Amino acid sequence: MTGDQQGNNREASEGSGSFLVTAAFLIAVAGGIAFLYAYWTSANNLFLGVALAVMLGGVGCGLVIWAHRLMENEEVTGPREPLESSIEERELLLEDFLGGEQRIGRRRLLGWMVVAVTSTLAAAFVSVLRSFGQAPTPVLKKAAWKRGDRLVTAEGKPVSVDALDLGSAIAVFPENRVGSLAAQTLLIRVKADLLRLPKERENWAPNGNVAFSRICTHAGCPIGLYETREHLLLCPCHQSTFNVLAAAAPTSGPAARALPQLPLYVDDQKNLRAAGDFSEPPGPGFWNLPS
Amino acid sequence: MIRRIVRGLDSRLRLAALMRHSLDHIFPDHWSFMLGEIALYCFIVLVITGVFLMMFFNASAAAVTYHGPYKALEGVSMSAAYRSVLDLSFKVRLGLLMRQIHHWAALVFIAAIVAHMFRVFFTAAYRRPRDINWVIGVTLLILAMANGFFGYSVPDDVLSGTGVRVAYSIVLSIPVIGPWLAFIVFGGRVPTEVMIPRMYGLHVFVLPAIILALLISHLAIIWRQLHTNYPGRGRSDRTIVGSRLWPTYAAKAIGLFFLVFAVLAALGGSVEINPVWIYGPYKPADALPAAQPDWYLGWAEGGLRLFPSFNLHIWNRLVPEVFFPGVLLPLLLFALLYVYPFIDRWVTGDHEQHHVLLLPYQQPLRTALGCAALAFMSVIFVAGSDDVIAVVTGRSVVAIRTALRVAVFIAPVVAALVAWVTCKLLNIRHAD
Repeated sequence: MTGDQQGNNREASEGSGSFLVTAAFLIAVAGGIAFLYAYWTSANNLFLGVALAVMLGGVGCGLVIWAHRLMENEEVTGPREPLESSIEERELLLEDFLGGEQRIGRRRLLGWMVVAVTSTLAAAFVSVLRSFGQAPTPVLKKAAWKRGDRLVTAEGKPVSVDALDLGSAIAVFPENRVGSLAAQTLLIRVKADLLRLPKERENWAPNGNVAFSRICTHAGCPIGLYETREHLLLCPCHQSTFNVLAAAAPTSGPAARALPQLPLYVDDQKNLRAAGDFSEPPGPGFWNLPS
Repeated sequence: MIRRIVRGLDSRLRLAALMRHSLDHIFPDHWSFMLGEIALYCFIVLVITGVFLMMFFNASAAAVTYHGPYKALEGVSMSAAYRSVLDLSFKVRLGLLMRQIHHWAALVFIAAIVAHMFRVFFTAAYRRPRDINWVIGVTLLILAMANGFFGYSVPDDVLSGTGVRVAYSIVLSIPVIGPWLAFIVFGGRVPTEVMIPRMYGLHVFVLPAIILALLISHLAIIWRQLHTNYPGRGRSDRTIVGSRLWPTYAAKAIGLFFLVFAVLAALGGSVEINPVWIYGPYKPADALPAAQPDWYLGWAEGGLRLFPSFNLHIWNRLVPEVFFPGVLLPLLLFALLYVYPFIDRWVTGDHEQHHVLLLPYQQPLRTALGCAALAFMSVIFVAGSDDVIAVVTGRSVVAIRTALRVAVFIAPVVAALVAWVTCKLLNIRHAD
């Protein structure tokens, strides 16, 4: 290729380049006008988004084409200066810096003062964290239910011993505390002779009404689903399942601890009431849960 | 005009020589070097759209009753925070677009950071002297993920409320200090009144400020050290090859910013994201089935689902199951990321400064390691949607979980072997 031809090619490329850049910027202007129109009239999200994209995209394309077609594009090679200083320079710096510190370092008392001041300040600042939260154990272990609390539905209606059909489940709360996080409970009705509860819990489920904390012991999500046929409770967050018949012991998935059970009894009006608190504190596990 | 500005600045700060030098700064041209740039531009878009959202969002847990254009929630009680997000989406002109661009930008931001990190890993760009920038980069990734989490947690919808509860349970599980730490971080047992204002403050000020500071250091360091070059003719540790900052590279870079913004605007306008009005306001007794976090926390979610039901009893104390996948796994992963350049240096004994990159096939062992890590993360990421996969494939969650529990061990080995053999074969071909 002769120099003349190269020059011609280059000119042609520049010509089409400036045409493309102009076209891109014109599209950007059109997008901008469309955006203004959309903004002042319909404010439709799709229209606004597309118009904004056309406006910005036009500018972007214009600039990139400009750079590629109309600007100098030859690859240049430059030197890399060494990143390290010379040894002399480094030694001079160290001398200047450490010279001052050594003079202080010789006075031992001052050294101890530095330690004392730093640790006191650190302790003061760290202890301020106490303002950010209350003591956890009393909250985590606070009784959610107490003996005599009447079970009510999310609408606040008491639940009688025959209210539930076999194989159905509802969310219940202590009366006057509907919506409570810690006390939310699942009441399930199963055939009484299917239940395999531990000995000490034999009278906790009158007429097959069995109640468990609704908060998953894994990561604290509310249990979402009761599978009637398998008698399984399922947590929607991480797919842990709990067997209702076996005192809500975990059967699959990541959860390792059973759902705490709520002891029930039937009062004079045939309504269900709590006979005490959950068998363990409800919710996800923590360090001093067992003690 | 420009002449006057330059004269004015120079007569006060003597900048001419320095600025001239800067205009000649050389940047290599390679598409893979744009990944970090894309992350930077997403951050700028996040700041622009974030400032807009800040003018309307109300970080308050106060209970209110909704009355407004979204009829499906008319008369429903919710937090003021959630209501302000509804108003942003349905009342504020441009509000929905800004919200959606903001959320998309966050997703692409972290995707670009991760892609950038893999580029740096597979080309061994983390070696001396750029190990320092690797450490800053890993910190930026962690902060970006944390800020993303706070961002989608503040609207106080069912999904975000569930996410915060899971996060709280994870902090709670830490041995000895967990309960205190969880109560200090969240202000008590979640949900609390203070958690939304706290996360909001972190989301709009504390974390962005730290991210900005680290981002500037990240760029200043690469400016000082100069970029690496891919291997090739005339490439050496003593030279840098590329195009000058002014005008070509600057035009391309600014152009790329506009293109990134355009793509995010198109996504925000046409692809619905985080429609909190469909999820509904957070109530402690509600959970959404098929609830999943944003993509960059998918691996953490998968870890929680895959890890077996195992409790550690120490004397009369408990280390609950979520501690292992929720605390230990991320700690281990990020610790590994932080120390990787130093382990690499210790194992290879290579303490030299490097400015020319290696291609993946030129370093079979590192490539195999990277692919193993990628495979491991992919399996636990997939496990984060085991319930969705169960629905789609018609198999039980238990079967899929079992398969993934096996795959999490096998996939990394297979990936490493395949990568290693491929590299070796490529080496033989290149030697011919």
